Amino acid sequence: MGKYIVRRIAISIPTFLGITILVYFLSSLAPGSPLELLFNDANATGEVMKAQEARLGLDQPVYVQYLRWLGQLLKGNLGTSYRTGLPVWDSIAERIGPTLLITMSSLLLSIIIAIPLGVVSAYKPYSGWDYFSSGLSFIGAATPNFFAGLVLVFLFSVKVKFFPSSGMYDTNIPHSFGNMFHHMILPTIVLSIQQVGGLIRQTRGSMLEVLQDDYVRTARAKGCLEKRVLFRHALRNALAPIVTMIGNMIPFLVGGAVVTEQLFSWPGLGSLMVLSINSRDYPVIMGITVFISMAVLVGNLIIDLLYGLLNPRIRYS
Amino acid sequence: MTKKQAIKGSYFQDVKQRFLHHKLAVFALAFLTMEVILVVFLPRLMHLDPYSLDVMAFGAAPSAKHLLGTDDVGRDMFSRLVFGGRISLTVGICSAIISLMVGVPLGLLAGYYRGPFEMIVMRLSDIFMSFPSMILILVLASVLGQSVATITVVIGVLGWPEFARLIYASTLSVREKDYVESAKAIGTRNGTVLLRYILPNASAPVIIAFTFRTAQAIITESSLSFLGLGVQPPVASWGNILYYAQSISVLSNKVWMWLPAGMLLIFTVLCINFLGDGVRDALDTKMSI
Repeated sequence: MGKYIVRRIAISIPTFLGITILVYFLSSLAPGSPLELLFNDANATGEVMKAQEARLGLDQPVYVQYLRWLGQLLKGNLGTSYRTGLPVWDSIAERIGPTLLITMSSLLLSIIIAIPLGVVSAYKPYSGWDYFSSGLSFIGAATPNFFAGLVLVFLFSVKVKFFPSSGMYDTNIPHSFGNMFHHMILPTIVLSIQQVGGLIRQTRGSMLEVLQDDYVRTARAKGCLEKRVLFRHALRNALAPIVTMIGNMIPFLVGGAVVTEQLFSWPGLGSLMVLSINSRDYPVIMGITVFISMAVLVGNLIIDLLYGLLNPRIRYS
Repeated sequence: MTKKQAIKGSYFQDVKQRFLHHKLAVFALAFLTMEVILVVFLPRLMHLDPYSLDVMAFGAAPSAKHLLGTDDVGRDMFSRLVFGGRISLTVGICSAIISLMVGVPLGLLAGYYRGPFEMIVMRLSDIFMSFPSMILILVLASVLGQSVATITVVIGVLGWPEFARLIYASTLSVREKDYVESAKAIGTRNGTVLLRYILPNASAPVIIAFTFRTAQAIITESSLSFLGLGVQPPVASWGNILYYAQSISVLSNKVWMWLPAGMLLIFTVLCINFLGDGVRDALDTKMSI
């Protein structure tokens, strides 16, 4: 097991490097030199600028700059934000929590909604529940996050003032968990909408297959309660492809978080990304990219390990 | 009728029959055709103008003069909706074509020649698929500029792995078949084998993936434009029409400025997905996306 994890991490390294190379070289193509952004000073003479350029290493070719940046990265240094002048890691660190909070809770919410619906639709195909859930999954898949968000804000923040439309806390009262929970309900629902559909379909599909199997008939024959047959015998065996799908959802969840956080002014990595792109703050853009790619790789590793937990026949070798 | 024609005819009749059986897909096809026709011809027929400002009507509610009202600078919303549809549909379809044109050759060659090329292509597709493409699209669009053309190309190029994988998988399964073997044995050139023997057998999943890709691309473009990082005003797209709904006063008091674009967006994507489902059933492949 330990060996497997080490090997998996070793395999992830080229992927990780690939992503950083791609994004670093792309950012270097951007119009406007970072120097102008850093020293927006009309009085600076050419010589001063030259000295600064050399100090920052901007006079070197791009690949040298990249290698330097990578060297710093390995020491845990992501550089300094052009926009705030603070270390990049500091601005990212304070945003990780909020993003993890809404992405993970929306993942949980999707699972809680989708798996029972998928199981019921597979158990009674072409029943009312089946049509309901396939309708739900079609509409969910066709609704962009931001439009779902707009409609929910319109209905539940503007027309009926149930939920706040932006931020993570109310500013006029001390921060509390209850207040935050109240703020996170709408963003969490919005992030779940696109995930639920695919998950219902996947659950239905793999349950339909499993329900044909012999051990399900055996379980029924020995007089198992139907509920137990469904959730113990069948679902456990149907879970593997569902877990794979959850793994594939992670990149979309992160992409969705960018839009959703922006819409709800949620102080997470996504809204920081949009802010940094608008102000061409490349060290921060790079930092977020690095962090997200590592998070996604770790996420995939966890999913792989879960896979083995679900199916003991899989040997990690 | 020769025997060959009869067989060919029956296959397509079969496909047609199965497609027509799928009522929702037929409806979706009709709706989408209608939508394309309207988007192409309405502007000329009704002399629509999405750019000129009506100084007498800033943010005016729907009326006889402005069917869907005007936006905050007095532009006719109905015109913007129609022109926005042009842009959104064009970006969606063109970028799906680009994804296909990049992904299919790569997957085909990787599956046929194997070796180091296969390794590189499949590894790259892993990288692209495990990383949130939204983030890359944001970075790329901000670096390369936000014209309609660059956004189409960026969304298109980043959509390649899906096609590459589909084609790669079917190429792998087809390349060992006897008819490929015999084609090679009689000295058919590699290019001909690829185009005549392997590609047609791998085309069904690609056609299906193409429809779903178009839907996805339309959603991506609109999300990007909603963030203000996609299609830039004054050019209209369904996404950047919705950009203005981020202002709470527009959202709460001027429903005509955002609801129609959003509904049309959802309905279009829904219909493309139904169409894809119908095509899948008609081509009768056991593929799910």
